[in-house]
Amino acid sequence: MDLFVAGERKSFGDGITVAELLALENVANPEYVTVAVNDEFVDSPLGSERPLAEGDRVEFLYFMGGGI
Amino acid sequence: MAFTDPQLERYSRHILLKEFGTKGQKKLMASKALIVGAGGLGSPAAMYLAAAGVGTIGLADNDAVDLSNLQRQILHSTPDLGKPKVESGAETLRAINPEVEVRAHQGLVKADNVMELISGYDFVLDGTDNFQAKFLINDACVISRKPFSHAGIIRFQGQLMTYLPGQGPCYRCVFPKPPPPEAIPTCRQAGVIGAMAGVIGCLQALEAIKCLTGMGQPLTGHLLTFEALTMAFRKIKVPGRPACPVCGQNPSITEPQDQEPAAACDLRGPVP
Ligand SMILES: [Zn+2]
Repeated sequence: MDLFVAGERKSFGDGITVAELLALENVANPEYVTVAVNDEFVDSPLGSERPLAEGDRVEFLYFMGGGI
Repeated sequence: MAFTDPQLERYSRHILLKEFGTKGQKKLMASKALIVGAGGLGSPAAMYLAAAGVGTIGLADNDAVDLSNLQRQILHSTPDLGKPKVESGAETLRAINPEVEVRAHQGLVKADNVMELISGYDFVLDGTDNFQAKFLINDACVISRKPFSHAGIIRFQGQLMTYLPGQGPCYRCVFPKPPPPEAIPTCRQAGVIGAMAGVIGCLQALEAIKCLTGMGQPLTGHLLTFEALTMAFRKIKVPGRPACPVCGQNPSITEPQDQEPAAACDLRGPVP
């Protein structure tokens, strides 16, 4: 199935979960990443067994603490 | 209030813009903006706001100018080394535009002074470099119903969002709580390309100018991300979080608080 990960179309196995996607995408510091699927936040994404569906739009939102 | 001839000339390129005009310029001249952090983001933001003629600009910072700052903090110059950043910054802003009233707030922004500090301003720009300050500014602005611009930069990346009270999510909606200390690298540890501060700080200045004059659509409900190595800007839609601890329906945070050191709940062990 195809997902839109950070706006990019990519193919994955059917029904992979949010947690599996975090691992497959090698997301850095996944315990501190906010995940949104189809413009909705996912609770505790690192352990999320929520299956993703064809065409889902997934965004990873990262902490960025710099400024000075 | 009528414009003087030098003002008409100084601000002529603003006044020419039909969305801006003399009306927008007057609004800007009557506005007060606070920049927390006179560093990488705060430098270009403060300089463009001063050049634009924002009536009052506050600079809040506790640090002195260090040689490692000058790669990106263009508010300060080599002769300013060792000077308090608010002092060096105020001099730069006054030189750009003597019409602007610049207020220097020397000191750390903390839970016990943040509310009073922001109360004197119409818009706040977060140019700080740590999560404690970013969450504090968010909470104080949400509680005070004060519009503000969040931004963060690291390495070749930057992000930005605008909070307007009652009109979209806050920073805590996106990130409900700060990461444990040291869990996420800072620019001091990981580095940052200097011009990134320019790009994102200028975007913060634009958001401030839009909000202060009522032009266009502010960056509410979205996180704008920028990746310099691929030159990719993305405007990511972010929903509100009804259970947000500060802007949600039953907020648990009703006054600003200094963050507790989170060591007790950090189960990952020491950072190498
Ligand atoms: Zn919120």
